[in-house]
Amino acid sequence: MTASSQERPQCEISFTVNGMSHTVRAYPMERLLDVLRHDLELTGTKEGCGEGECGSCSVLLDGALVNSCLIPVLQASGSEIVTIEGLASNGRLQVLQQSFLDCGGAQCGICTPGMILASVHLLNKKPQPTLEEIREGLSGNLCRCTGYMQIIEAVADAARTGAAK
Amino acid sequence: MKHTPIVGTSVPRMEGRGKVTGHARYIDDMTLPGMLHGATVRSSIPRGKIKKITFGPGIPWDEFVIVTSEDIPGKNCIALIEDDQPCLADGIVNHPEEPLLLLAHPDRHLLSKTVEAVSVEYEPLPAIFTIEESEAQRQTIWGADNIFKTYLIEKGDLDAAWQNAAHIVEAEYTTGAQEQLYIENNGMIAVYDSEQGITVWGSLQCPYYVHKSLMKLFALPANRVRVVQMETGGAFGGKEEYPSMIAAHAALLAMKSGKPVKIIYDRLEDMTATTKRHPSRTRIRTAIGEDGKLLAGEIDFTIDGGAYKTLSPVVLSRGAIHAGGPYYWPNVRIRAKAVATNAPPHGAFRGFGAPQSLFALERHMDRIAQVAGISREEIRRLNFLRPGQTTTTSQIINEPINLGKLLDRALDLSDYHAKKENFTRHNREGFRKKGIGIASFLHGAGFTGSGERSLGSIAGVEACEDGGLRILVSSAEFGQGTNTVLCQIAAEALGLRYEDVSIAQPDTHDVPNSGPTVASRTVMVVGKLVQSAALGIKNTLIASGVLSDSYSPDEFRTACRAYVAKHGKFRSFAQYEQPEGVFWDDDKYRGEAYAAFAWAVYIAEVTVDLTTYSVTVDDFLALQEVGKVLHPVLAQGQIIGGVAQAIGFALYEKVIWDHGRMQNGQMTNYIMPTSADLPPIRVYFEELGNVHGAFGAKGIGELPMDGPAPAILNAVEDALNISFRSIPLLPEDIFAALSERATPETVPTSPRGDA
Repeated sequence: MTASSQERPQCEISFTVNGMSHTVRAYPMERLLDVLRHDLELTGTKEGCGEGECGSCSVLLDGALVNSCLIPVLQASGSEIVTIEGLASNGRLQVLQQSFLDCGGAQCGICTPGMILASVHLLNKKPQPTLEEIREGLSGNLCRCTGYMQIIEAVADAARTGAAK
Repeated sequence: MKHTPIVGTSVPRMEGRGKVTGHARYIDDMTLPGMLHGATVRSSIPRGKIKKITFGPGIPWDEFVIVTSEDIPGKNCIALIEDDQPCLADGIVNHPEEPLLLLAHPDRHLLSKTVEAVSVEYEPLPAIFTIEESEAQRQTIWGADNIFKTYLIEKGDLDAAWQNAAHIVEAEYTTGAQEQLYIENNGMIAVYDSEQGITVWGSLQCPYYVHKSLMKLFALPANRVRVVQMETGGAFGGKEEYPSMIAAHAALLAMKSGKPVKIIYDRLEDMTATTKRHPSRTRIRTAIGEDGKLLAGEIDFTIDGGAYKTLSPVVLSRGAIHAGGPYYWPNVRIRAKAVATNAPPHGAFRGFGAPQSLFALERHMDRIAQVAGISREEIRRLNFLRPGQTTTTSQIINEPINLGKLLDRALDLSDYHAKKENFTRHNREGFRKKGIGIASFLHGAGFTGSGERSLGSIAGVEACEDGGLRILVSSAEFGQGTNTVLCQIAAEALGLRYEDVSIAQPDTHDVPNSGPTVASRTVMVVGKLVQSAALGIKNTLIASGVLSDSYSPDEFRTACRAYVAKHGKFRSFAQYEQPEGVFWDDDKYRGEAYAAFAWAVYIAEVTVDLTTYSVTVDDFLALQEVGKVLHPVLAQGQIIGGVAQAIGFALYEKVIWDHGRMQNGQMTNYIMPTSADLPPIRVYFEELGNVHGAFGAKGIGELPMDGPAPAILNAVEDALNISFRSIPLLPEDIFAALSERATPETVPTSPRGDA
């Protein structure tokens, strides 16, 4: 790299992603989204708007649902992060992933990783949400394909089959 | 052999697993060694001459690859219908955000600052921004008269009809621009090699459109241009034509630098620079008989095409043909016109002109009902097209559609009459007014008129070494379910299991041209070709003696393996042939416009809050006849998603223009519906079947975009007794209308939102 727009020097930042420890060299104000996608090659986290509106870049940061496009990587120092790649284990889909498949919750798929993480977050807080709570819980994640109904159905389906651990 | 039907069942989405695990590969997920990032310097004015371009201080310009129009080896155009849109402006600009020059650098963070460091000096020219300014020819900015295209559709004798009219009902309706707002922004990666030519990977709908335009731009033969579609994160028409532009830009930078180049738009660039739904104005004058029947109609349908022709003639055509709706017009004249303005070209968006003209007509039907003193449902029933009658283009309705029955079922399912009565009672007091509205409409599947014949699409099926089949089409998956449904069709055609069939990634070096992924044509037209090509495989296997007439899926796989082991992998192709007796006159715009129509009756229930002036859709019923439903979950997903997008079109999504430039190109200020904004959308199907489509399917993707906006505005009128004739309908519009209630005739606002 011959030139850079980043004013402050890079530093070492450590955190856990999907249960694995990582140390990256990054500019402190780099977006967590970019570090996940470029440095760690976890491209399942998507960018839709870059300003915290669409929720496609949602990840769990110490259990909280955040837009990784708004989080400077320094802020993630010492945190535990969960991305879409961290949900399935040994090739077995997590309950919500399976419900999204069964109910038609994923169409083009670009909002799906963020939408599934928002759903995980919702069911962690409220294992048996009402339809109204699902609608509210997912309202920070935009989907242009589905009109949300099959997504809401997927979350309700997962709640019934017990997505919450 | 016993066979469980696959068509008509909701098998798992073919590429679904990759999408729910995050492993699906979209263009921005791909990197190549040594790759540069590309950016586009765009015009800041709507119209003018480029006087001087200055590369500002403080930037190490020698590190950058810079491409101008002089670097284009072939013709400087994005080839489509006409070659009028430049790839890079050459001396003159015709709209804001027009591409001027290209930059590439390994550090993508540096690029955005660098774009701002390029300053352009212009000699501004006067510009025009509305349909009216274009018509008045205040400036001539395109051709001799600012007109891209006109159509005239005529049937019967209009003049006589006016004299017999009991009522003449006349009004004007407008619709605004709408952004497709796929959640994945546009993007491309290009590689250039002097031997191999150009390869591009990208987010796109129509691989062979990109292919055609790159051939012309680089003056390369077909075999030296390769286009590969990556997983595509939504499109809705928005990735029909503009990806050719981005592919061209990435390829020019790749050629000049000798390195792979990636261009990914950010949201602002995607929204301000790329296409939107055409703003429209429709004027309707109708003669109505004493009995409420339509005697004659004169419809003037005009769309704003933006600065270049691009797809506007085709959008105009579909809008014009749908302008008469699902009604019988003994006498009709439809004049349609696409005009030029100094805005970025408007383009393809789900529905393709039909949502605009059908909005006008379905609002107008309610107006006719009021004037004629007949209920809104009965005025529609009286005038519905019946089998044996002709459409506005004189196409005879051959299918046994019974729209009256469809209407009855919709009224029943929505509990229309009881609600209407309740709402009238409810609205006598309080500040939350309730209303219910109907829209009935149709949508033609496939290309218009002779379109499918000229496309001559080809689909293939390949027998693979492992005994499975692989479908070869350029039809792209971008959420609608193309992969899944085409695999279902092939499996069903041969009595195989869904798992026995896969589909190739669209790659122009691997798949034939099955036409663009547009116009609700994939399942009906391409699906039928896949079915034929699949049967070709079976016939070859049987003829060569490795397969008997009656076989199990396992025996089929064994036969495939045996054949491939002996002869190598083989492919069967099928090409579209127009059914005999199809008549279409392109000059008179008369004849069989579409091989099949889908039919629908939608009913919307709304609440208008008189303290916030906001409209909430409380319930939405979508009943449609779409031929055979091949995959219930996907079909429902198409309808619900389309209705949601159309609710946005009606109530939320307003593009704010200033001198031809979108001012609200962000998701924070261009508002689309969230999960908290939408009503339950209840979807019902009638399934009449269709002889032209695979297993009786018709097109489905665009239909749900057509009906919701008029149904909602009809419901708003029911609630408030105010006739709104323009969308989007925002709270401020309702506030303004209520403030002016003394004068019930609201003045139509400009579809572009210009002051």
